[in-house]
Amino acid sequence: MNPPIRVLVAKPGLDGHDRGAKVIARALRDAGMEVIYTGLRQTPEMIVNAALQEDVQVIGLSILSGAHNAIVPRVMDLLREKDMLDVKVIVGGIVPDADAAALKRRGVAAVFQPGASLDAIVEFIRGSVVRV
Amino acid sequence: MDMAVAEKQYTTISGVPIEPLYGPEQLPDLAAPAPGEFPYTRGIHETMYRGRLWTMRQFSGFATPEETNRRYHYLLQQGQTGLSVAFDLPTLMGYDADHGLAEGEVGKCGASISSLEDMEILFRGIPLGEVTVSMTINSPAAVLWAMYLAVAEQQGVGWKAVSGTLQNDILKEYIAQKEYIFPPRPSMRLVTDTIEFGARHTPRFNPISISGYHIREAGSTAVQELAFTLRDGMEYVEWALERGMQVDEFAPRLSFFFNAHSDFFEEIAKYRAARKLWAYAMRDRFGAKDERSLKLRFHSQTAGCSLTWQQPYNNVVRTAIQALAAVLGGTQSLHTNSLDEAYALPSEQAVTIALRTQQILGYESGVANTPDPLGGSYFVERLTLDMEQAAGDYFRRIDEMGGMIAAIENGFPQSEIANASYVYQRAVEAKEKLVVGVNAFQSQDQPIELLQIDQTAEEHQVKKLAALRARRDNGRVSKTLDALRRAAEGTENTMPFILDAVRAYATLGEICDAFREVFGSYRETAHI
Repeated sequence: MNPPIRVLVAKPGLDGHDRGAKVIARALRDAGMEVIYTGLRQTPEMIVNAALQEDVQVIGLSILSGAHNAIVPRVMDLLREKDMLDVKVIVGGIVPDADAAALKRRGVAAVFQPGASLDAIVEFIRGSVVRV
Repeated sequence: MDMAVAEKQYTTISGVPIEPLYGPEQLPDLAAPAPGEFPYTRGIHETMYRGRLWTMRQFSGFATPEETNRRYHYLLQQGQTGLSVAFDLPTLMGYDADHGLAEGEVGKCGASISSLEDMEILFRGIPLGEVTVSMTINSPAAVLWAMYLAVAEQQGVGWKAVSGTLQNDILKEYIAQKEYIFPPRPSMRLVTDTIEFGARHTPRFNPISISGYHIREAGSTAVQELAFTLRDGMEYVEWALERGMQVDEFAPRLSFFFNAHSDFFEEIAKYRAARKLWAYAMRDRFGAKDERSLKLRFHSQTAGCSLTWQQPYNNVVRTAIQALAAVLGGTQSLHTNSLDEAYALPSEQAVTIALRTQQILGYESGVANTPDPLGGSYFVERLTLDMEQAAGDYFRRIDEMGGMIAAIENGFPQSEIANASYVYQRAVEAKEKLVVGVNAFQSQDQPIELLQIDQTAEEHQVKKLAALRARRDNGRVSKTLDALRRAAEGTENTMPFILDAVRAYATLGEICDAFREVFGSYRETAHI
């Protein structure tokens, strides 16, 4: 049997609305993944360090405040610096279509907008993580 | 009866089972006292909206104080009857616009206010003696309130004349919205300082709006929203009593804020039960005598979390139904969400439709003609009683834990809400609960025009702040901040010291840093 997929669910920025992050974290855990939830107000540095230490295959960023254009590219740059681009980054939250396209060009694997189904997110992660 | 109909479970959006029919057998006693009579289940006023319609108060704020001020003038011209300030995240967290953690967040979720100068701009040309203003600010509420009172002074408006509401409900921040700075106990001391200061100096200002809105948005059930909010209210009363105040000195100015969600009858029952429970708690638990202490007054806002990204025009309909529930439930003021809520802060067009929704309810529908028009409905009366009972169970559990702060430290309300939100999401996933346009009746969305907040707001605020720091009397700033730090270390009321610092143009971040040094910062243990 394959070892479970490891996912870091993170809440960057100042926003404290963690309903989505918690629901996703629980859904991924119920789907058999190992989930580490960082808690609130994480800087990109803290998130990438946690991803390194926890040896995760996926980072899920939950951002509802509109600060995604400032935060997500910094996470991507740090992953590149640390040679961790094999870690898939997915973003969930209030991200307009044009911003979502721009984030994908920066290397984000997927952006899930409001109303996305839990099953779709689980399936995406299962499909995108290459098992060693 | 059709077998499929007989077996299907009907539940409210909170998961409460609903009987096939309600009749007199479910109600031992239908004769609830008239509106205006204890325990006010049917409303706090004898005539309700015949005396005066609810206040139509759209929560708004974005980008710079200059831009928000323009929006306020627009809303007042459109017939809005009160203002409600939305602050951006750095302001809510007590950081100035030029703080590192504010990067990318300035003006995004509300207006950016770092100093008295920004507050002066925010209310330029708005007479604070005439317009009532509500401010959605919590952890640094005392500081923003001091700025507001200082602007009133400048306008020549006495504090006895200013009227409005400070949200200032820190307990629900630990429970739900998570915009806290300091640990619970020093935070409660600051809240108590404002309640005490308000009782002495601002008789027409509500120093707190005890809020269920955010608890519900975080995914709670209707009963959890009701129970945690009222139990929070009792906690504030206990702290003020411990401070040495008499209950009737401050209780008349306590106000509440509830969500108006989609399950129509459940919401109406929630408001009715809230009034009844609060009246009994104030009379029997705290010995209040003044009738005004017993009457629960509340603002309501339609449920942002119910609005969808998909088919956004449907949100106008959802909001209208929710607003109708709030009005039939006897709300004192109302915010209706805009159709673009799931995308961004509202465009001018979207906010105008939201305001017009209230005006149509108030002036065309006839629903405001008589108080509590659903009183006596078997269903609504039964739901009201059930809601009251279920909230009472939560009160007992929280009392047994040693009160709300102990419950929060145990993670109790937080995990109750997280469980409820997960159960609901699973029900949506399984299509046991349908959301039109999301898991049923999907179609291609039409794009909508959105309000854009560009990076220039941040640059503008940062520049203005640099100029202020260079221009002001920095000796006076550090003197007032030192005095504030000493007051925070002691037990006196901090409000006069905050006012001195604000008048010297000490910034929000500097004042909150002084408190951070004395009180420390709070971090929660995250549970999933």
